[in-house]
Amino acid sequence: MPKVLGMRCRECGEEYPMNPIHVCELCFGPLEVLLDWELLEGKLTREKIEKGPKSMWRYWDLLPVEGPPTVGRNVGFTPLVKAERLGREFGLKNVYVKNDAVNHPTLSFKDRVVALALTKAREFGYETVACASTGNLANSVAAHAAEGGFHSYIFIPDNLEQGKVIGTLVYGANVLAVSGNYDEVNRLCAEAGDKYGWGFVNINLRPYYGDGSKTFGYEIAEQLGWKAPDHIVTPCAGGSLISKTYKGLNELNRLGLLENGGTEGIPTKMYAAQAKGCSPITTAIKEKYEIFRPQKPNTIAKSIAIGNPADGHIAIETVRKSGGWAEDVTDEEVVEGIRLLGRTEGIFTETAGGVTTAVFKKLAEQGHFGENETVVISITGNGLKTIEAVAGKLGSTVHIQPNLASLAEALQTEKLLATV
Amino acid sequence: MAVSVLIPTPMRKQTNEQDTVEVNPGTIATMVKELAAQYPGIEKRLVDDQGELRRFINFYVNEEDIRFLEGKETPLNDGDTVSIVPAIAGGC
Ligand SMILES: Cc1ncc(COP(=O)(O)O)c(C=O)c1O
Ligand SMILES: [Zn+2]
Repeated sequence: MPKVLGMRCRECGEEYPMNPIHVCELCFGPLEVLLDWELLEGKLTREKIEKGPKSMWRYWDLLPVEGPPTVGRNVGFTPLVKAERLGREFGLKNVYVKNDAVNHPTLSFKDRVVALALTKAREFGYETVACASTGNLANSVAAHAAEGGFHSYIFIPDNLEQGKVIGTLVYGANVLAVSGNYDEVNRLCAEAGDKYGWGFVNINLRPYYGDGSKTFGYEIAEQLGWKAPDHIVTPCAGGSLISKTYKGLNELNRLGLLENGGTEGIPTKMYAAQAKGCSPITTAIKEKYEIFRPQKPNTIAKSIAIGNPADGHIAIETVRKSGGWAEDVTDEEVVEGIRLLGRTEGIFTETAGGVTTAVFKKLAEQGHFGENETVVISITGNGLKTIEAVAGKLGSTVHIQPNLASLAEALQTEKLLATV
Repeated sequence: MAVSVLIPTPMRKQTNEQDTVEVNPGTIATMVKELAAQYPGIEKRLVDDQGELRRFINFYVNEEDIRFLEGKETPLNDGDTVSIVPAIAGGC
């Protein structure tokens, strides 16, 4: 039975049938998928979800697809790790890391949005898929296109990290490296749009892509024992993940599935994290601008370097409505953030995760989090993809000869004494 | 020569399916007026009830976002190209 009624413009409310379209013809506002809540309310239970697969598809009932998943069947249900040692550094007892750095198959939260977008692309009959990407989406679209037997065209800025480029080429994708920053790549793709009849994951398939991020929120709540956390810190680029995480939590509340929900809404405050070198969203929140001002990105956090965020308005609105806040950090703090998470929790995240961890630190020091409140840090990507950002900044190896004398000598050096 | 304006798909119903149209030199503001006169219905798409450029449309002059130039007053000269692009696209 169809659970999707169609699409609706988030700005003016105009409705459309479910199609590969993403903007309203009247006001150019974003289109959103309209679920049939009458069909869902009172019928979707915790038990039904818990019996589902250990992947994002356990929430199939809340996702805008008609049939079963055809690509990315194993995506999601990543660990929610209790971060005792990280929390202790700031006097906090209930800090968690939602670890999409180990998402299957391409080690970022983007596998969620792509699994949904390509399953939908197949339902719409596309044979070729495409995207504009800062790297993680590129990896994921290329991998899932390979899995599903789609042709793929991937557009990236020409200055991305090796790991992101190699991790796209390996899947046999057509990779177009555009001279320019992401916003320029994105404009080109928006202009190319439907010229070639491709399913553009973050253009004409964007409403479906966006809904994949709702599963990040669903999982956090289920893994906390069907509770919405008090605080979630999330990195922002286009601004979709933060908005859809919040939307996901509110949907669970609407269905009556949360322990701590209710008609007053959920307690969760959302916090936006950006790098100072690209901070249109956090700046607008901190400076109380009504609309964000676009920026020209300049930061090592390339994966989230979007100066003209498509969902910037929605992200800002989400943070304000939830009662949260925003912070941004320097490139040095990004590296420190990567090290902090590595040294306290044994999790190696990429630059976006460095931003998030550093912003968590800043917010904790500003006193946003109560000692016993639940704080979730959204770790959305893997450190092995952005080695360049930390190479040479993590200390160096100690070189020795393969004999005991050399070992003993090395252990006498100042650096290693502490470990003896 | 004139100024070329690239029309996005969701606006082509108003331009009789033309993907490029021409206007006279001037500014973004005069371009909007000229398009409004030539293509009935397009003005409502480009500006909101207060007469401001819609926030979900980005305008580029020769590939530069007009918010980095002079906004509505950005000059348009002979041979320039204006792209009108829906803002809702992308996300790394
Ligand atoms: C690792 C990582 N985290 C966060 C984001 C931000 O996502 P959004 O565009 O939904 O704000 C991205 C976007 O590429 C990303 O790659
Ligand atoms: Zn609309």
